[in-house]
Amino acid sequence: MKNRYDAIVIGAGHNGLTNAAYLAKGGLDVLVVEKNDYIGGAAVSRELHEGWLYSNCSYVCSLLRQSIHRDLDLTRHGLMIVPYSGTTNFSRTGDYIAEYPDHAMQYREVRRHSLRDADATHRYNTDLMRYARLIRHFLLRTPADPTSFRPRDLGELMFMGKKFAGMGEEQVYEFIRFMTMSAGDFLDEYFENDLVKTMYATSSIIGTALGVYSPGTAYVLLHHVMGDVDGAVGAWGLARGGMGAISNAIAGALREHGGEIRTNAPVQQIIVRNGRAVGVALEGGEEIHADIVVSNLDPKRTFTVIMDRKDIPGDLRKKAENFKIRGSSGKVNIALTGAPDFPSLPAGHPLRHGSFQFLDSMERMERAYDDWKHGRWSEDPFVEMTQSSMWDPTLAAPGNYFVSCFIQYCPAEVEGGWTPQKRDAFGETVIDQICNYSPNFRELIAHMEVRTPYEIENEIGLTEGNIFQGELTIDQLMFNRPFPGYSQYRGPVKGMYMCGSGTHPGGGVSSACGANSAREILRDLRRPNVVPEDDVDE
Amino acid sequence: MSKSPDIIIIGGGHNGLVCAAYLAKAGRRVLVLEAASQVGGLGATREFAPGFRASVAHTLPQLSRKLVADLALEHHGFTLAAQALPTVALSRNGQHLHVADGRLHGGSAADSAAYLDYARLMKKFAEAINPFWHKEPPVPGSGKFRDIATLGQFGWKLRTLGRTDMRELMRMIALPAQDLMDEYFDSPLLKAALSWDANVGSKLAPRSPNNALIALLYRMSGDLTGGLPMATGGTGGLMEALAASARGHGAEIRTGSRVARVIVEKGEAVGVALEDGEIIRAGKTVSNADPKTSFFKLLGARHLDIQFTHRIKRLRTDGYVAKLHLALGELPAFTGLERPEARLILAPTMAYIENAYDEAKYGGYARELPMEVLLPSLHDPGLAPAGQHVLSAQVQYAPYAVKGGWDAHRDSFLETALDNLQRYAPGIRDCVLASELLTPADLEQQFGVSGGHWHHGEFALDNWWMNRPTYGASQYRTPVPGFYLCGAGAHPGGGIMGAAGSNAARAILEEK
Repeated sequence: MKNRYDAIVIGAGHNGLTNAAYLAKGGLDVLVVEKNDYIGGAAVSRELHEGWLYSNCSYVCSLLRQSIHRDLDLTRHGLMIVPYSGTTNFSRTGDYIAEYPDHAMQYREVRRHSLRDADATHRYNTDLMRYARLIRHFLLRTPADPTSFRPRDLGELMFMGKKFAGMGEEQVYEFIRFMTMSAGDFLDEYFENDLVKTMYATSSIIGTALGVYSPGTAYVLLHHVMGDVDGAVGAWGLARGGMGAISNAIAGALREHGGEIRTNAPVQQIIVRNGRAVGVALEGGEEIHADIVVSNLDPKRTFTVIMDRKDIPGDLRKKAENFKIRGSSGKVNIALTGAPDFPSLPAGHPLRHGSFQFLDSMERMERAYDDWKHGRWSEDPFVEMTQSSMWDPTLAAPGNYFVSCFIQYCPAEVEGGWTPQKRDAFGETVIDQICNYSPNFRELIAHMEVRTPYEIENEIGLTEGNIFQGELTIDQLMFNRPFPGYSQYRGPVKGMYMCGSGTHPGGGVSSACGANSAREILRDLRRPNVVPEDDVDE
Repeated sequence: MSKSPDIIIIGGGHNGLVCAAYLAKAGRRVLVLEAASQVGGLGATREFAPGFRASVAHTLPQLSRKLVADLALEHHGFTLAAQALPTVALSRNGQHLHVADGRLHGGSAADSAAYLDYARLMKKFAEAINPFWHKEPPVPGSGKFRDIATLGQFGWKLRTLGRTDMRELMRMIALPAQDLMDEYFDSPLLKAALSWDANVGSKLAPRSPNNALIALLYRMSGDLTGGLPMATGGTGGLMEALAASARGHGAEIRTGSRVARVIVEKGEAVGVALEDGEIIRAGKTVSNADPKTSFFKLLGARHLDIQFTHRIKRLRTDGYVAKLHLALGELPAFTGLERPEARLILAPTMAYIENAYDEAKYGGYARELPMEVLLPSLHDPGLAPAGQHVLSAQVQYAPYAVKGGWDAHRDSFLETALDNLQRYAPGIRDCVLASELLTPADLEQQFGVSGGHWHHGEFALDNWWMNRPTYGASQYRTPVPGFYLCGAGAHPGGGIMGAAGSNAARAILEEK
């Protein structure tokens, strides 16, 4: 088998594939090595029960950069994003509140609960959208190093400054507040009704080891509305054929540009000789050589597992050990033999096709976090149940349904360690939560896959099963991501790079990390840039 | 005062007095109106039981020599009863950790070494940021040279930390106390004690991001960068000296004069109306009260635009610290401690603090309450009758809006606090002759501070510097000409520091 390439990318997650695709497009001879026997990492579609296709990790899509979608011609490679809408938060009173994409409908829905809050939704959406539009400028750019005097960094700082100032002075102050405060405090400034707040607060804790009232969660909320589907900012969609369709499409583009992928090829170590990366050693002992080695693994795994202590600076090892990559999420993927009944919603109500959430107060959201703090999974968990197959018939046969349940919070470690029994008990907690609102749900279950951070880590390799490859807190964002001084995708040794969600702009199926990293690599090789540099808002 | 004053200062808290003293020193005719019967606000020393005296604010970590010198406070009777109290992380089994003169005593070799690195870095950060506590926050959009210069100076200070430390500062500023401590230390007891200053006084706990470092550096803003001095006569001793200094420079201070409202004519503040109906006119009116009180109770929202009032209304002002004063018949014996002369932190782990916070989040309070305990009478015998003692403690977390109201809970909270003390000082209950518990609700009611919040508004990154209390009032001037802020709600915040008062005075003197 060929053992010499221009570049090797470790990990066939969507960012690794994107990175490789652009390196190949830039003219390099590229190999992607993947430990599993399938590609896609956490963006996969797998038939875990005959006749049902599971998006068993990531399950919805919004952050995928449009410019990359177009530039790599992913549609031709089979990718179709299906927008979905209608999220219902059930209340224990039998009532509910729903999120509609249409502003007029949203207004009427919120007005059922509070006229004052209905009026506030306009202000809320305007403010949030303003911040989203600002952030979007930086997604496909390499963060400036604020400690450097290089023209390039100063220029990038200028660019940032301009965009900030462009919001108008008042908004600069508001944005500084927003970035540092909690989602709860932020929402308290707009809304009075607990159910309304809860509906908006749910995005602020997804994948995050913080509570709705922890400072910094307002940004996490923004992180979940800064994406778009075909330019509709804040909208979410599903990849037709499951999330694997995204990975497969990018892989298609990669292969078209001449890149190769090897599965069942777990990397043991990045080989470093005289201070530069020269290739990788697979677990079998086989060595593959390249002048460029890119890690799509999370920063902790990259610098504490597949790189040797002696090959990296001591302070970097410490930084990697201190890196916050906390497991706080679980996943329960379910094959149903019929449509679940939700009595709160009249039969045939369009919302029945949407996704469901089951917490009705900020206190219940916060208490779910308190359980996690004490090393337990939430007894009264936040569950986001997405009925994927309602929007994508390719996932299950007619009459059958696939639903994906995302859960906060589930700790990476429980007392005495995770066992299959504990895992299933966690799964039952989730099903119980759903059954509180859907009496017939349990008898429809044909098969279910319960994943705690333990399963996610062991299968996909995300440390602690953290879905973002690292907490999205200010100390790990922008020029701090993954570590101060390493935010420009370059590793500690020549020829070694990072391209995972542990780098800027962070988690989510965005392809931005992989693309930005490829741009930096091509730059170092003095090759013309082939990576899109901006978004398509303007 | 025969002639009407140039400047009226509403509230004789320490910032009001500092502001008055500087203005009077500069030759302005100043009148301070204090509602209470004595000056000093939360810094006043009050008799809470016959012969026993204590002040709500009990130490002076942020006191600066410059203030003392500028206002000749020593000449006016200010002395220190204690220079720099050490901090003791109290353990129930007597294995205490002492943090004194920049070193850790009684800890593991690793922790002791780590503490030196930690202290060095923190000191370096504190010194870099220090000038900015004593400066008006910049308003970048103003186009004024000074604002641009302040920002430039800030950037320059960061860069001169050196690349590595600058990067650390920009990362650590967002770390929760827990992560910060975990990065440096092993001992749970030490971590808990060192995390105390990062959260005390705010609705935050060791796991809360974006606040710890800035709060720690703020408490290191005094000359002793973190050391804890105590004034003779309690903090009230300092208040008396400030008042004397202000009077010495010609200011008039009237106690027992509660201001009902600020008089606004043609959109300008022209004086105040007292509750007894008296009208006093002055060219400038300065409020030492918290922003909510200043703008809503004293000024009136009708004089402000709706955006601005919204920004004041949204300030988080619920206090979470209760103050406990005990009159002790004799010196209590703390397990494994010879003399409780230091500042004692009662919190075995950071989780212990976090759990207490969790209860408070939902309007309750924990059975196990972290505390900061001081026995001021050991350093200043005058605070208690001979041979007897005063115990002064900050107790977290006591939510301002406790479910059911404080009248229903005050007694059981006091009992809970005593139970906690009993665990560290068995038999202390038998020494208690009298007690005073000041919940946030009491502080609001007795001192007129919204929510009973020490800082007049949460001290956190989102309410800091140019965002304190909010833009449009962050430079001590307000949207209403002639009306100014000089209290803890303005930059830099609470704590007996006087920076808000002196910064405000400087801003006012610049006005014609």
